[in-house]
Amino acid sequence: MKFITEFRRSELAEGLISQIHRKSKTPVRFMEFCGGHTVTIFRYGIRQVLPKTIEMVSGPGCPVCVTANADLDKAIALSQTPEVIIATFGDMLKVPGSHSSLQKVKAGGADVRVVYSTTNALEIAEENPTESVIFLGIGFETTTPTVAASILQAEERRIKNYYILSMHKLCPPVIRTLLDSGEVKLHGLICPGHVSAIIGSHPWEFITRDYGIPCVISGFEPLDILQCVDMLVAQVENGESKVEIAYRRGVRPEGNREALKLIEQVFEPCPTEWRGIGEVPDSGLKLRKEYQRFDAELAFDIDPGPAYEPVDCICGDILRGVKTPADCKLFGKACTPEYPVGPCMVSSEGSCSAYYLYGEGFEG
Amino acid sequence: MCLAIPVLIKSIEGKEAKVEIGGITRRISLWLTPEAKVGDYALVHTGYAINILDQEQAEETLRLFEEIAEAEEKG
Repeated sequence: MKFITEFRRSELAEGLISQIHRKSKTPVRFMEFCGGHTVTIFRYGIRQVLPKTIEMVSGPGCPVCVTANADLDKAIALSQTPEVIIATFGDMLKVPGSHSSLQKVKAGGADVRVVYSTTNALEIAEENPTESVIFLGIGFETTTPTVAASILQAEERRIKNYYILSMHKLCPPVIRTLLDSGEVKLHGLICPGHVSAIIGSHPWEFITRDYGIPCVISGFEPLDILQCVDMLVAQVENGESKVEIAYRRGVRPEGNREALKLIEQVFEPCPTEWRGIGEVPDSGLKLRKEYQRFDAELAFDIDPGPAYEPVDCICGDILRGVKTPADCKLFGKACTPEYPVGPCMVSSEGSCSAYYLYGEGFEG
Repeated sequence: MCLAIPVLIKSIEGKEAKVEIGGITRRISLWLTPEAKVGDYALVHTGYAINILDQEQAEETLRLFEEIAEAEEKG
């Protein structure tokens, strides 16, 4: 496919790998924030071709993984409300909440439907006027504008039975929280490409300014990752820290102004809880007052009770980059993609799932 | 989750476009990219074009990779 396969050419990868080996002198630890990057790195064996000077750690950039159990429990409680249809991306189905999962309640008769897009959720609402359709709004800045657009479309098309449960999260604030914790020492950050397609490169500048950590925005093909690592190595060896865009075909410095305008129109920042990280100020999004009639939390009276985390699951530590799946005693034994205990095994972009699929982290 | 793939825009009607994904025609929303034109490659995420791919930049990046590969081979 055009603009995909060209960025997988092995002879070009060899050139980049050779250049990285030649340039890299200083031992460094780079974090790929985004779960999509984690998948590319594992699928193409990128960790294995990098010099020993470069250690790669995975970050918390998987929206399914960082959704707090308290939020999952709300979604599950909403699914038990009469005349409610839950519309959700498929990734959320298997994630275990405190007591159940959407897949389990669906098997028990709840009306939970997997959609590919908010446009499908709007269609379901139009086709079922006597029921309430609640879309589970998860995702980072990449996804949020599509949900904002769905609210405006519901208004335009006078769809009165469409609601969202906003669990959206913003990436830059959580990176500040991770860096402030001092738990993981980083020498470079691979910034998420499609979040940056929306927000641009400027919102990452605080990382270089306040923490002196080089940042490069990467695309999702193997050559993109190698180019990004090469640019980070160059910054480290030159003693620089700046925000650079490697993924120039997908990201402009100013981002997507139209998408940013829609997010700003419909949502406002609020504190929100991240699994394993806790509450992060201004890292969540709630509907603005003018759009509160679409807010499922306000429209439905639910009481999901207190949230519980699974015993022995270390997804929280893995999301902060301080432990790897290999450190978890459940990994590959009590916790597998078939029977996941924690969200990092459920989501195809979770670290545990990537380690499991590509055979890392097993003893011996 | 933030997966987005480049697809060719074949036709546009209002805020919707017909695109080709792996030989199959699908409809996508242009709510976030009103500047989209027929012949553009859109980066599509959950049924919405989230950006228009910069084809010149793509070619330039590939040329850079070719130069690096050539230089490294000569060593």
